[in-house]
Amino acid sequence: MNHAYDVSHLLAGLMLVASFALLYQDRIFAVLNIFAAQAILLSMAVGWEAWTQQRPHLFITAALALCLKGIIIPVALHKMIVRLGVHRDVEQVVGVGKTLLLGLALTSLSLMLVLKITVAADSFTREGLALALAIILLGMLMMITRRNAVTQIVGFMSLENGLILAATGARGMPLVVEVSVAFSVLIALFVFAVFVFRIRERFDSVDIEALEHVRGDTK
Amino acid sequence: MEETLTLLFGQTIQMFLVLLVAPAITGITRRTKASFMRRQGAPIIQPYRDLIKLVRKESVIAENASWLFRSAPYAILAFTWVAAALVPTFASGLMFNWAADAVALVALLGAARALLALAGMDVGTSFGGIGSSREMMIATLAEPAMLLVVLTMALTAGTTRLPEVAEFLISAPVTVRVSLALALVALVIVALAENARIPVDNPATHLELTMVHEAMVLEYSGRHLAMIEMAAQLKLVLYISLIACLFLPFGMAPANTGPAAWLLGAAAYLAKLGIGAMMLGAWEVSIAKMRVFRVGEFLGGAFVFAFLAILLAFLTREVLN
Amino acid sequence: MMTSVPLVIGIPFVSAAVLVLVPGYRASAAGNVLAMFATFLAGVSLLFVDAGASSYFIVDDMNILFIILNTLVGFTASVFSASYIGHEIETGKLTPLFVRFYHAMFLGMMGSMNVALTANNIGLMWVGLEMATLITVVMVGIYRTPSAIEAAWKYFILGSVGISLAFFGTILIYLAGQKALGEGAPAMTWSLLQAAAPQLDASLLNLAFIFLLIGYGTKVGLAPLHAWLPDAHAEGPTPISAVLSGLLLNVALYALLRFKMIVSAHPDAIDPGPIMIVMGLISLIFAAFMLYQRRDIKRLFAYSSIEHMGLITFAFGMGGPLANFAGLLHMAMHSLTKSAIFFAVGHVAQAKGTQRIAGIRGLSVTHPGLAIGLAVGVFAISGLPPFGVFMSEFLILTTTFARAPWLAIFPAFGLLVAFGALLWRLQDLLFGEPTEPAHKVSASSVPLIIHLGLVLIAGIYLPPTLVGWFERAAEMLK
Repeated sequence: MNHAYDVSHLLAGLMLVASFALLYQDRIFAVLNIFAAQAILLSMAVGWEAWTQQRPHLFITAALALCLKGIIIPVALHKMIVRLGVHRDVEQVVGVGKTLLLGLALTSLSLMLVLKITVAADSFTREGLALALAIILLGMLMMITRRNAVTQIVGFMSLENGLILAATGARGMPLVVEVSVAFSVLIALFVFAVFVFRIRERFDSVDIEALEHVRGDTK
Repeated sequence: MEETLTLLFGQTIQMFLVLLVAPAITGITRRTKASFMRRQGAPIIQPYRDLIKLVRKESVIAENASWLFRSAPYAILAFTWVAAALVPTFASGLMFNWAADAVALVALLGAARALLALAGMDVGTSFGGIGSSREMMIATLAEPAMLLVVLTMALTAGTTRLPEVAEFLISAPVTVRVSLALALVALVIVALAENARIPVDNPATHLELTMVHEAMVLEYSGRHLAMIEMAAQLKLVLYISLIACLFLPFGMAPANTGPAAWLLGAAAYLAKLGIGAMMLGAWEVSIAKMRVFRVGEFLGGAFVFAFLAILLAFLTREVLN
Repeated sequence: MMTSVPLVIGIPFVSAAVLVLVPGYRASAAGNVLAMFATFLAGVSLLFVDAGASSYFIVDDMNILFIILNTLVGFTASVFSASYIGHEIETGKLTPLFVRFYHAMFLGMMGSMNVALTANNIGLMWVGLEMATLITVVMVGIYRTPSAIEAAWKYFILGSVGISLAFFGTILIYLAGQKALGEGAPAMTWSLLQAAAPQLDASLLNLAFIFLLIGYGTKVGLAPLHAWLPDAHAEGPTPISAVLSGLLLNVALYALLRFKMIVSAHPDAIDPGPIMIVMGLISLIFAAFMLYQRRDIKRLFAYSSIEHMGLITFAFGMGGPLANFAGLLHMAMHSLTKSAIFFAVGHVAQAKGTQRIAGIRGLSVTHPGLAIGLAVGVFAISGLPPFGVFMSEFLILTTTFARAPWLAIFPAFGLLVAFGALLWRLQDLLFGEPTEPAHKVSASSVPLIIHLGLVLIAGIYLPPTLVGWFERAAEMLK
């Protein structure tokens, strides 16, 4: 029992560390690599849950996370960045230090919140949910503090990593939901890819700031 | 009565052991660096020779130096030696067990650092000023991280007393924990910063742009310099012993065991020191020194790791109770 | 039920798959209309079927009306879209390649919305909404101009974050239900959760509702989460704006209401009412003021949608049979009226070649029929009698005044402000020297007439069956 807890804690904790690393990293290729690492950790965590909870269909989700988010998407984005000539350095809206401190604050907040609320649940669930919420909030923070469309996409995908972690932590959640979450990742990427490509057609970079000159609100 | 005598004896041995071993550790580090660079390198006992040479020489002091300048080296050596003597090395449960509190340790080291910084500024040279201000900047960032690491261990073991933490880690079935790994990384970064090692500071440099620790002690000579060098070497031993005690306490003799266990513990301890010194040497030749402005980021990383370690340790504790 | 529900969902998806393979605009447009009509018939057939719930689907008083409304507006929108998009292709704004996918995506979106409406499994509801969101995102960007892409990107980011938070809320609801209903599918079944609501964990429900409110509330367009809405409406093709305003906002609010029902049934959980009242009022008043600054006709009516969704949320926040009835009625009326307005706006934009209000003048001279249609639509949406919107707004205000008189000032104030803005703009559009160009209107006006006619009839005479429906649904909402 303790073994099971230790391993899942290890994997989820490393995912959290990866989320922080995503926050401070400012080179695009490094961001992609760390995201791939986080996806691989996710697939390991899901696989472990599948083993301990004895729900073999979770292995499918694990495999999907590994192949799609761990390998295919980072490679595809890598190629796209090279082809489109996207800026290799990512600018941050707020400085790295402040972003990291915000990240720490959000993590503490989510831990406090979930621990307080799930007093009656079992330890796996509480832990998984707390760390998952932290990863979700950090993913959102990454989306907010970045100036480059590709890293915003990565931020969103790391948010979904957190969601999948939460879903597997909740014991017994039916297969329908898991497959659909994975399915949505697929579609989301398709949309993204189409987007980034289209964005590239119109501007010289994928910098969101360039997009914002087309502010619609005063129209 | 007999027991207290044994414990007192053990504590005394520990005190002198660290003192004797410290220059050798620095020697091993330098030798490792040299061999990586395909040089012969000085023999391992060279630091001893350097210390003896310095003690014999006359101490030249600037005219406008104050009493602080003259007395600081003694105080610095005293503080550092006390701190190094308290960290459990080959056995826990020795005579001054109750005083070996991690927070007290941080305070002692802080006091030593403050004195050194003041002494650096005392003579009024610009080198000293630069060194002191940089040292203080590094300390401002490194101490919180160190304290957080201490607190993480306290959360895990339930106490801040180092011997008891070591015993807890030996006895309790603590498996791989992310929080401990993160705390280890944070502590290593802090150790590098505090000991003025690459990538924070270069111990072998005398270029103004890159000096921190060396800049502060530039004015010292003779026996004063010997004491400060000794203190720096003791600090290195202290940090390596601290890391070994907190994270790798295998082989350490638990409380209430006899001299046989102590011998085993001493062997383990010396082995750990040697390995740590060699790893430090290898690390130093494989990494470049950072710009001073980036040291903040580096130590900020240590802070983040330590904070995460505490959060995760807190989470584990809450969830498993 | 077991045959009709799969039809309502299956027809759109199957037709979407088929239409991808159909080249040529006319054929696929006709296919689109046919498929939507068939779906409408399937939706109506649900009326003659007993209410019931399986583990994945449910048909009850709450969603039967929305299903019929959804399929009806979808059908009329497809009719409008057939002629409208034809014109867009002629003028070169859209290439034929995209058109094939356009119809498939249109049907996919309708199918997903039907999934969300008929779902009994909260995960399935989420899936339906997510797919509908993603499809509309692509469709908003279909013109591929810089502003369209920006609008689609903004919509995508905000929508995705919203949908993710909603999913987290769904997980929390599952966790709450797990203790009472056991692991697995039962803990995700809405009808079972509703029945077991008082036994669920209150703090989990609270946190879940917060996440769901923020998540689905983004899709409803509640301020301050509304930022995607004006751009998405303005830059997407007009049939999509009509469907967004008329249908997708409603479906998102419907999902939110399902969860509100669970939380309200628990005595210790937070009362969703005050939060919804506050958010509704903020949206209402904020949007009403923003109406004055708009210079693009579609953006103008997009803010009007935000305003009305705010009013509806306010009504449901007030709670009680009368306010709930009024809220439901308003959802239906707004859906019909707003889509009618967007149909008219689509005609106007094509006739004048621009969306900017400054470029549209003197419609009463150049296109009298269209001018009348637009005027009627604007009268209807601003809440003038004898249209249905007036009835629901009147009910909301009177019940608020009866229960908390000081509170009634705010919605009344917001509605008046909006009224002024809309009429002022209408005057600008209709009168004055006609501007160039002035093409003929080639799209079909039939959907416009049907919608406005329905709203007018509903304002004068609401059939007892409809009243009974609304009352029963209001009863369920508490």
